[in-house]
Amino acid sequence: MLKWLNSRASETQVTHGQRLWLYVFAVIVMLLLVAPTLIVIPMSFSESQYLEFPPETWSLRWYRNYFGSPEWMQATATSLKAAVLTMLVATPVGVFAAYGLHTSRVRFVRLAYLMLITPMMVPVVLVAIGAFYVFVQIKLLYTLTGLVLAHSVLALPLVVIVTGSALKSYDMNQELAARSLGAPRWKAFLTITVPQIRFAIVTAALLAFLTSFDEVVVAMFISGGDNPTLTRNMFNALRDQIDPTIAAISTIMIIITSLMMILAQIFGRNPSDK
Amino acid sequence: MTDASLDPHQCEGLRRDGALERLKLFGLSSPALLMVLVVLVIPLGWLFYVSFIGADGQFSLENYERMIKRKSYSRIFVTTFQVSLLTTGLCILIGYPLAYFMSQLPNRWANLALITVLVPFWTSLLVRTYAWLVLLQKQGLVNQWAISLGLWDEPIKMVHNMTGTLIGMVHIMLPFLILPVYNAMKAIDHDYLKAAANLGASPRRAFWTVFFPLSIPGLLAGSLMVFILCLGFFVTPAVLGGGKVIMVSMKIVSNIELFVNWGAASALGVVLLVLTVGILWLASRFVNLRSVTGGGH
Repeated sequence: MLKWLNSRASETQVTHGQRLWLYVFAVIVMLLLVAPTLIVIPMSFSESQYLEFPPETWSLRWYRNYFGSPEWMQATATSLKAAVLTMLVATPVGVFAAYGLHTSRVRFVRLAYLMLITPMMVPVVLVAIGAFYVFVQIKLLYTLTGLVLAHSVLALPLVVIVTGSALKSYDMNQELAARSLGAPRWKAFLTITVPQIRFAIVTAALLAFLTSFDEVVVAMFISGGDNPTLTRNMFNALRDQIDPTIAAISTIMIIITSLMMILAQIFGRNPSDK
Repeated sequence: MTDASLDPHQCEGLRRDGALERLKLFGLSSPALLMVLVVLVIPLGWLFYVSFIGADGQFSLENYERMIKRKSYSRIFVTTFQVSLLTTGLCILIGYPLAYFMSQLPNRWANLALITVLVPFWTSLLVRTYAWLVLLQKQGLVNQWAISLGLWDEPIKMVHNMTGTLIGMVHIMLPFLILPVYNAMKAIDHDYLKAAANLGASPRRAFWTVFFPLSIPGLLAGSLMVFILCLGFFVTPAVLGGGKVIMVSMKIVSNIELFVNWGAASALGVVLLVLTVGILWLASRFVNLRSVTGGGH
C-alpha cells in the first residue's frame, strides 16, 4: 500500500499518495451520481406510506396500485405509443436530412443545419407554448399526432448530429463505387451506406425514443384531455405530494430505459469493433 | 472548363445537372426543415408578434414595460441568473476534478467510471428529480443519516427551497459538463507533460501551466452548455423549488396556465430566447460550438 502511495501516478512525478484526495473525491462524486436513482428501486418495494430505505416490510403494494390504476395504465400506453412513433418518424426524417445536408454542397447547408439543431438550443418551454399555439389552429391539440410531431422536432437535432457525425467519418467513395457499377443512388445508400452507419442510426433511434418518453414540458401543454402522457401525470403528482406509487413507476421507467440501452448495444454494434 | 477535349456546351450541361442533383439531395432534408418550421420557427415568430400586443389588442410595449417596472419580474430574472450561475459553478468545481480523475485512468477503468456519468445521463429527468425529493425530504434518508451520524440534531428543510433546487440541478447538469471536459482532456498529448516535468516543472506547475490551459476549450463548452440549459430549465426547479424558487420558464408557464396572459408570457419568452441566443452568439466567438453540438458542416 505504502509503496503504491509513493509510486508515480503520471508523467509529472506526482505520486498516488499526493493524489489520494482526488481519488476519494472522485469516488464520492461517482457514488452521488448513481446512488440517488438506484436507491428509489428498493424503496418502491416498501409497505410503508413513507418511503424507507431499507424497507422494514417488503411488499408489492405500490406496484399493485400502479398496475391497478386505469389512469396510470392509459398514461403509460400513451407514452410508449408516442415514443415508438416519435422514433419511427424522427429517425428516417433526421437520417435523410443528415444525408441530404452531407452530400449536397449547396450554399445554404450551414443555415439549414443551424435550423435543424435549433430545437435543442431553444428553451423547451418556448417549444411547448409555440406548439400549443400552432396545434390549436390546426386542430392537433391533445392528439397523439400532435404529440409525436412536437416530440419529433425535439428529437431531430440529436438524430441529425449523431448520423451526421457518422457520415463524416464514412468514406462516401464506397457509394460512388456502387453507383459506378450501376446501382441507383437510393440503392447504393440503402445497401452500402446504411449498414455502415448502422450504429449511429440505432443510437439516434434510441435517443429519439428516450426524448419522447422522458419529455415533460411539451407533454404538459399539448397532451391531455383523454390521453395525457406518463410524465405529465407524474409531474402533476410530484407537485402535490410524495406518492410512493411514483417510486414504483420510476423503477419501471428505469427498467424501460435500461432495456433500450441494452437493445442498442445488441443491435447497434459496429461490425468493425467486434 | 479549360479542358479542350470537352465542348463548352457539355460542360455547362454537366454543371447544371450537378447543381440539380445537389438541389435534389438537399431536398432530402426538406421534411425535417418543414417540421422545424411549422412547430418551432413560425410559432416563435408569432410569439415575438404577440409580445408587442397590449391588452387592448393594439401595438404596445406594455408587456416589456411590466417586466422592467414590476419588482416581481426583476426578482425572477435575478433568481434565474443566480441559479444558473451557481449550478454552473458547482458543476465546474465538482465535474472538473472528476473528469481529470477519469482522464488519468487506464482505458478499462476509465470506461467503468464513465458509466457512472452515463447512467444518470440516460435516466429520466423526472425520476432523478423524484429521487432527490424523496431523499431530501424532512423524514428523508439524508436527514435520517445525518442525524444518526451526529452531523445535525433536527431534520433540516432541504427541499422546496434553493438548496434542493441546486442539489437537483447540479446532479442533472453534471454529465453535460463532465463529458466535454473529459473528451478535451483525453485529447491532450501527455508528451507535453513529460516535457514539462523534464524541464523541471513541479507536478502542480505542470498541471496549471500545461494541462489546464489545454483543457479550457472543453471546460468552456461544457460550462456554456450547462448555463444555457439552466436558463430555460423548468422541471427540476418547479418540483424541488416548491414554488419558492421561481425561474423565467416557470413564470412563462404560470402566465399561460393560470392567468392565460399570452402577452406577458410571450414577452418573457422573447427575453429568454434573446438571452439564450445572445449568450450562444457571444460564446461562439470564443468557443468552438461544434464541440458542443457534436460537429456539423
